[in-house]
Amino acid sequence: MSKSRKVAYYGILSALAILMGYVETMIPMPVPIPGVKIGLSNIVVLLALYVMGSKDGFAISVVRVAVSALLFKGFAGFWYSLAGAALSYIVMMPLSKSKKVSIIGTSVAGGVFHNIGQIIVAWFVLGRGVVVLYLIPVLMVSGIVTGIGIGLVSKYCIVYTDRHIIK
Amino acid sequence: MKKLDFVIILVLLALAAVMYTTVLKPGKGGAVAVVYIDGEKEAEFPLDEDIEKTFSTKYGTNTIKIENGEVSMESADCPDQICVNHKPISKENESIICLPHKFVVEIEGGEKSDVDAIAK
Repeated sequence: MSKSRKVAYYGILSALAILMGYVETMIPMPVPIPGVKIGLSNIVVLLALYVMGSKDGFAISVVRVAVSALLFKGFAGFWYSLAGAALSYIVMMPLSKSKKVSIIGTSVAGGVFHNIGQIIVAWFVLGRGVVVLYLIPVLMVSGIVTGIGIGLVSKYCIVYTDRHIIK
Repeated sequence: MKKLDFVIILVLLALAAVMYTTVLKPGKGGAVAVVYIDGEKEAEFPLDEDIEKTFSTKYGTNTIKIENGEVSMESADCPDQICVNHKPISKENESIICLPHKFVVEIEGGEKSDVDAIAK
């Protein structure tokens, strides 16, 4: 892929990921538990990871976290997002390389570890150990449920993305 | 979906179930609601006494309410209102967290009783 083409794709996908994060804030969640969210922007990160490569997915993920923290969340939210995104990416990257795991399994693992990353930050911010432990099982289950949904959406999107992104 | 996808989902579900059973124990007699603000222990209330108390800090105002052995967030002036919408808590280690105000209410069990835990 030529350099200028790459820059263009980075721009489009980063913008899309940021937009997804914004759209998500407008969808009210049915459960009032901090940390439960759909993870729409993970669709874009998954597509970049599978169609372009692990370095490209990482770059888009970092840009998304930094920009959406600046635009919508403020500095405190930045650490939560960064920890979640980093941990989920570390888990998703090797899984995406495996032939035995489909994009759905990758998405589920990513969703769960995103939530675990956020709990780790909450653990530091709130300065209390046991409090946030209570949230781990709840957020793991929510990560699994949303991960399956996001994985399915990505699976159908990837057919088109693969066709249109010229390598 | 491939076979390993199901394995991943099942393993994570099992982990969540294990965490749930080990972290969340049934409530025992003599449990207290402990309020932490910014990680510092602020106050402690026994669960068997009905009370309503307001905490004002530099982060904002939160009002907790204890009724019928359950703690709930009566009101708060935080932007997201997640803590107010949270269901009332009564079991050990359950908590209501108001992130914008760094405000945490947690149930801490009084005396430990293994018999009760098993019987339940």
